Amino acid sequence: MSITTLMLGWEFPPFISGGLGTACYGLTKAMSRRGMQVTFILPREKPIRLAGGSSDVGKALAREMPNVRIRAVASHLSAYGKYGPQPVRPVTAAVEAELADEPPTGEAATYGPSLEKEVFRYAQRVMRIAQRETFDVIHAHDWMTFPAGVAVAASTGKPLIVQVHSTEFDRSGEHVNQFVYDIERQGMHAAARVITVSHYTRNVVVSRYAVPPTKVDVVYNGVEQATGSPPLPHSAWPTRSEKVVLFVGRITMQKGPEYFLRAAKRVLEKLRNVKFIMAGDGDRLHGIIEMAACLGIGHRVFFTRFLRGGDVQRVYQMADLYVMPSVSEPFGIAPLEALQNDVPVLISKQSGLAETFRNALKVDFWDIDEMANKVVAVLRHPPLSEMLRVNGRRETLRFRWEDSAAKVNDIYRRVLHVA
Amino acid sequence: MTSVCFYFQVHQPYRLRHYTIFDSATDYFDGFKNAQVCRKVADKCYLPTNRLLLDLILRYEGRFKVAFSITGILLEQFREYAPDVLRSFQDLAETGCVEFLAETYHHSLSFLFSPGEFASQVQAHKRLIRDTFGQMPRVFRNTELIYNNALAEAVERLGGFDAILSEGADHILGYRSPNYVYRPPNTCRLKLLLKNYRLSDDIAFRFSNRAWNEWPLRAEKFAHWIHAVNGNGTVVNLFVDYETFGEHQWEDTGIFEFLRHLPTEIFKHPDTDFKTPSEVAAAYDAVDVVDVPYFVSWADIERDLSAWLGNPMQHNAITELYNLEGQVKACNDPDLLADWRRLQTSDHFYYMCTKWFADGDVHKYFNPYDSPYDSYINFMNVLDNLRSRCDPELNPSKTGLTAAPA
Repeated sequence: MSITTLMLGWEFPPFISGGLGTACYGLTKAMSRRGMQVTFILPREKPIRLAGGSSDVGKALAREMPNVRIRAVASHLSAYGKYGPQPVRPVTAAVEAELADEPPTGEAATYGPSLEKEVFRYAQRVMRIAQRETFDVIHAHDWMTFPAGVAVAASTGKPLIVQVHSTEFDRSGEHVNQFVYDIERQGMHAAARVITVSHYTRNVVVSRYAVPPTKVDVVYNGVEQATGSPPLPHSAWPTRSEKVVLFVGRITMQKGPEYFLRAAKRVLEKLRNVKFIMAGDGDRLHGIIEMAACLGIGHRVFFTRFLRGGDVQRVYQMADLYVMPSVSEPFGIAPLEALQNDVPVLISKQSGLAETFRNALKVDFWDIDEMANKVVAVLRHPPLSEMLRVNGRRETLRFRWEDSAAKVNDIYRRVLHVA
Repeated sequence: MTSVCFYFQVHQPYRLRHYTIFDSATDYFDGFKNAQVCRKVADKCYLPTNRLLLDLILRYEGRFKVAFSITGILLEQFREYAPDVLRSFQDLAETGCVEFLAETYHHSLSFLFSPGEFASQVQAHKRLIRDTFGQMPRVFRNTELIYNNALAEAVERLGGFDAILSEGADHILGYRSPNYVYRPPNTCRLKLLLKNYRLSDDIAFRFSNRAWNEWPLRAEKFAHWIHAVNGNGTVVNLFVDYETFGEHQWEDTGIFEFLRHLPTEIFKHPDTDFKTPSEVAAAYDAVDVVDVPYFVSWADIERDLSAWLGNPMQHNAITELYNLEGQVKACNDPDLLADWRRLQTSDHFYYMCTKWFADGDVHKYFNPYDSPYDSYINFMNVLDNLRSRCDPELNPSKTGLTAAPA
C-alpha cells in the first residue's frame, strides 16, 4: 500500500535559512524519490517567482519531486523568526490573493501581532486545507506546526507523527518560554510516534517532556550529496600566510558565539596570523561585536552577517577550520556541509552529530582552552587538517537522506500496522 | 617430538596526561592513570596468572615451561606501582623453568628510525633483565614482532643471541609451516621462531567468541590440535599477549581453567613437551631460510606496520620525534633523554591509528583517547614542549623549578 503523508513543513529553496528548512526539504525530496506520496504544507509569506519560470512554486518544485504536492498556506511564520533571511511583514491582501492554492477566505489578512496567535491562525488554515486532502499520516516538524498537527489528527482520526528538530531547551537554555514548551509537550504526547534527529535530543524529549522512551525513534538527518566538480584543492589556491577560522550560524545563545570568541582570544595568544570570521545574524550580534572589541581582538574578528548562496561557498573556500561551538545542537547539518566544501570541522560535544560522527574534533562547548588547543593544532599541523578533511568528507557520505526517508517509511508502516 | 613453546608479551606504556598547547610543565605522564591501570591489570591478570603458572611449574616438576618478554618501562612501573607483581615474576624466574626474552627497553619502533638508539635500548633491556631476574636473555623479540631480514642481521651483529621471534605470516611462509625452526638469510647462527598464529589466536582472540564454531574451546580439544602436529612439525609457537589471561579474556570465560588443564592434556601424548625459545633453538635444526625483505608484525589482519605508521599523523609524529634525537642527546640531560625515550613507546602511535576507526573497534582496549585525532594533538603538544627543552635559549627549566618527570 502506498502511504500518503500530510507534511507540515518549512522553507523550500531558494529561501532556506537554516537546518530546519534544509532537513524538511532533504527528507521530503528523498521520500519522493522512494515513491512515497507527500502533500507538503508550506507556510509562505508571499508567492514565489522562480527566475525565468512559472510563478507557481508548486509546479516548479514538482518537477524535482514528482510525488510531492505543495500546498502553500499564507502565514508569516518562518523557521527562525526574524533571524532568517526574510523580514517579517504582515501578509497583505494582495499577496493573499496571489496564493493560488488557497481559496479566498474573505478574512482580513491582518494577522495578529503575536507569534502565539499566528501559530493558531496557521493551524486553522491548515485544518481548512486538510479537509480537502486525502492522506494516511500527518507528519509535523517542530513546535509551530504541532497545534495544526494535533488539530488535524483530532478531526480526521489519522495518526500524528511529530519530528523534533530542536526543543525549547536547545534554543533558550533553562529560560524556556512556557507557552512554547506547553505546545511542544502537547504535540509530543498527542503524537503516535515522536521522531528526534539524534539520541541527544531523544534524551531531552524523554527527560524534559516525559515522553515514554518506547515512543521515540531517532532518525538522523542526511546531507545533500555535493554535485558537480569538486572544489579546487586548497593547494591550488595562492598561498596565504593567514589562517581563517570560521563560525557559521545564527548569532544566538544556542550557537555559542561567546565561546568561539573566547577561544579565539586564546588562539591568538599562541598564533598571530589567524582571522576569525563569524557569518550569521542574530539577537546576540551586537553584543558579540562589542565583546570582540572588549577582548581586544576586534581587528582579528570579521562579521559578515547572513550569507546567501555563492557567498557561503566563498567563505568556506577561505576557511582552514569550521567551528560549531553550539551550547545545544540537536543534530548539526552545517558541519557536514563544511566538510563537503573541504573544510575540517571542530564540533561541540553537546550536539547530535558528535554522537555519531567520527572524523571531527570534538570539544565541550564551555571548554575554551581545549577548543583553542584544538584550533591551534589544526592550524599548525597539516597532517591533522588533511586527515580531518579527507576522512571527514568521506564520512559525510554516510549521511544520506535516502536512509532517513527509509526509516521514516518504516515508522509510518508501524504506526499504520502495515506489514 | 613436538614442543609447545609459550611466550607471553607483558607490556604497559607510560600514558600521557592531557597536555594542551597552554601547558608548560614537564611532567608529561599521567601517574594516576598509569598506576591505576597497572594495579587493575595486576589484580585481574598478572598476579592470578603468575600464581597459576607457578603452581603448574611446581606440579609438573620442571616439565612445564614458559617465556616472558617484559618491557623495561613496565618493570619500572611495577617497581613503582606494583612491587608484588615484580616479586611474583622473580619467583617464577627462580624456578628455572621460565625464560626472559630481550626487546627494546621502551617497546619502541627505534629499529625503523635509529639503529644507534635501537642498539642502546636493547642493551639497556638486557641489563635490566639480568639485574632483575638473574639471567642474560639469549633470544630477541622486537616490538610487536616487527621483523625483516635487516633486523635479523642487526640483531646478530649486536651479538649474544641464539634466536629471534617473528610472526608466522602466510605471506612470508608461503606453503611452509610455522611449526619448524627456520633461519634468516645472511646470518650465521641466529635461528628464527615463527608464531603459529592460528593456534595462538584461538587462545588470544577467539577463545570467548560464541560465534566461533569451535566455541567453547577446552584444553582437551586444544591439546588434540597440538598433538596433530606430531610428524608435521617440531614446535608450536604460541605467542600471546599476557593480558589475554584475565583482561582480554575475562576470568568468567574460563581462560584460567583452560590454562590450568592444558599441560595435563598436552602430556597425554608421550611425544609432546614444553620448551622455552632458547631450548627450541638448541634442540632443533633450522629446516630452511625464510626471506623477509619487507616488515611484518603480529598486528591486525594486515600483519604489517600500518597500525603504527599507516597514516600521515603517525608518520609526522614519529618523524618529528626521531628528528630530535641529536638535539636531545647533545643536551646531556638525563630527564630529557628519559622523556624522549618514553615518547618512543609504540602505543602512542597505535592510538593514532585510523584504520579501524571507521568501523568503531579493536584498538580501543586500554586506549586513553576518544579519537586518534585527540591522541595526535596531545602527543604533538608534548613534543613541542620537549623540543623547547632542547634549546637552552628557550629553556628556563635548568633552574630546577619545574616538576620532575613522572
